[in-house]
Amino acid sequence: MSAPDLSNPAASAPQSAADTLRDATIRLMDRKRRRALAVPVLMLVYLVYAAISFDLAGLAQRARLDNAAILLSDMVTHKVHVARDNRRETVQVAVEGSNRAIYPADRLPDWIEAQDDVTRIDLGAGHVVTYDGPRTTYDIPGYGPVTLVVGEDIALDVPGGTVPEFINASPARVTITTDQGRVTATRSRTETLRYFWGWEMFFFDLSSPFSGQSAGAVLGTILGGERLVAEQSNLSLALSEFWTNDIWQHGAVAWAIFETILMAFLGTFGAAFVALPLAFLAAQNFTPSRWLRFAVRRVFDFVRGVDALIFTIILSRAFGPGPLTGALAILLTDTGSFGKLFSEALENVDDKPIEGIRSTGASAIQRYRFGVIPQVMPVLLSQMLYFLESNTRSATIIGAITGGGIGLLLTQAIQTTQDWEKVTYYILLVVIMVIAMDSLSGWLRRKLIRGE
Amino acid sequence: MALADIRDDYLAQTRRKRLYGGLLVVIFVAMMVSGFRIADGRNAGGFWQGLHQVGDFPAALIGEAIEKAANLPLHMLNAVPALIETLNIALVATLLGCMAGTALAMAATRGLARWPRLVPVARRVSDVFRAIPEIVIALILIFILGGGPVPAVIAIAIHTAGAMGKLFSEVNENVDLKPVEGLASVGAIWSQRIWLGVIPQVAPNYLSYALLRLEVNIRASAILGFVGAGGIGYELRNAMTFGQGKFDQAAAIFLMLFATIVVVDQISGLARNRLTHGAPA
Repeated sequence: MSAPDLSNPAASAPQSAADTLRDATIRLMDRKRRRALAVPVLMLVYLVYAAISFDLAGLAQRARLDNAAILLSDMVTHKVHVARDNRRETVQVAVEGSNRAIYPADRLPDWIEAQDDVTRIDLGAGHVVTYDGPRTTYDIPGYGPVTLVVGEDIALDVPGGTVPEFINASPARVTITTDQGRVTATRSRTETLRYFWGWEMFFFDLSSPFSGQSAGAVLGTILGGERLVAEQSNLSLALSEFWTNDIWQHGAVAWAIFETILMAFLGTFGAAFVALPLAFLAAQNFTPSRWLRFAVRRVFDFVRGVDALIFTIILSRAFGPGPLTGALAILLTDTGSFGKLFSEALENVDDKPIEGIRSTGASAIQRYRFGVIPQVMPVLLSQMLYFLESNTRSATIIGAITGGGIGLLLTQAIQTTQDWEKVTYYILLVVIMVIAMDSLSGWLRRKLIRGE
Repeated sequence: MALADIRDDYLAQTRRKRLYGGLLVVIFVAMMVSGFRIADGRNAGGFWQGLHQVGDFPAALIGEAIEKAANLPLHMLNAVPALIETLNIALVATLLGCMAGTALAMAATRGLARWPRLVPVARRVSDVFRAIPEIVIALILIFILGGGPVPAVIAIAIHTAGAMGKLFSEVNENVDLKPVEGLASVGAIWSQRIWLGVIPQVAPNYLSYALLRLEVNIRASAILGFVGAGGIGYELRNAMTFGQGKFDQAAAIFLMLFATIVVVDQISGLARNRLTHGAPA
């Protein structure tokens, strides 16, 4: 018996069949690959179209990167304004120039020396600004003294006579910007800004007896110091001073957070309360009437389609701004979503337990209570808890429109474009709030549904 | 004797359960009622005073819209570019967000991640992305970039990336690892294993979630327009500030927004049904 001859035409027939199969497979793969490639290409084409329609090129020019720099530096620093009112000839030192954070004349920071009409401001690194009546001198190391005299116009005197780039001068307004700070002079006002790291007076404002003390000193006073106010312990004094801090307003912020969570809570569970009976009317196995089912389902669709934004606008016309309006807007929108979800859950219930309960002579109400509710409750609860978490975020946004809760504080702080450290604080609080609600809802889901 | 004990025990247990259940319901109702009263107290207008006015504004709106019904088509036509902008914002944000979300999900799934040590990092990143409300990023970016669609796109995309990162990674956990191992055994690199072994398995679920997110993002994009990010929300706010006499314009925009949301929901619902239950035979 000889070995099969591979070059034999008869033996090569199956191989050619395998060849055609392979070719067909490769062609199929190629076609699939081309089609798979078409999807990213289409996406790319769409994104290019979107970039053109959004005017991305123009945006690059309009972008205010200086604003971004201000924002970033302001998030982590604060400034102290030393302002001289050139008409009344008074000097005022205030944090962020705020009326709520003015240093009393006898408690000026140690880098400011005031004597009669002369104020000496040490900006650090040898930079010294001196107000002497209408005359301001800024001593810049390595450059020399710059003198401004405020009168009808502002007279500027610089060493060498040519105005350098860091000074922006016109007869009505002169601005000197250095690494150490900034001096601005107009006819009515001369102002020096010095920048510091950190958030100013986060715990205690200037009017508080704890103002300006180190953490250790405050702790010492609380634990064993003399009572600062006779009728109050130092701990409760410290807490109430913190709570009523005039600049950061921790008490008001806490209320705002509470309002936001309240909106989400009332909206979510109120919606569930309204949607549950309606869901029975929309479920095939509980409502035989096709028309009633159709009508209720269209109501759910309508309410869901109208959207929280439109409800918010309509409701705030009737109820005015505040947390109730936001809660009702969430309630109305989610009634639609819950109605749809609940009726789907109800359509999936098992009939056998219900029949079993019917066989014991139970009434309709008892059948629902013991046959249906225990079956759907886990699904319903878990949906509600999911919505509670996402509604906390919605409540922040709705609050910004209706004027309630942390959303309002946040938009106000952003729109003034001044208090970026407060914006940062609120954003941190919002993120913490949402993450906390997320873990709370997850914990409750595990606890209530899986019984862990 | 023993049977009676068991019955007594059982009845006592049932009573206890009912008591706890009843207490929970009572506490819950008390929380709802007091919460409602607090919200009512802190609202500018009260609930009962406002209740009979709820219909006033829609009535004025509809009344004027009917009165000037002839103007409606023109107003709608004028709002079409803004509507397209809103849709574009939502679509671009969904696309970008889902791409970033896919990357986050791949990095956050044990067994699939390229760098297993970074799994917790990727999870925290998507948690934080998910937690930041769109409006925060949008308002800050409006300060830097000026008003317009781009801040809204970035804001929605970041939130979408976080949400999808979580949902997609949950999908990834149910992936059958055999194809991935098969690919690894023939020497496929990580990106090939993911592209050829994982993506074909998860694509229907991903697409379904992405469509659902598109519905959500259209609403978000309309709301962000209301705070200055362009699109139909911005037009709506302008129309609202014109007040009485211009309500026909607001009504036209309301109608278009409503119609758009319903149409997109329907299309996406049909498409999702096909994805999860397969094409109708």
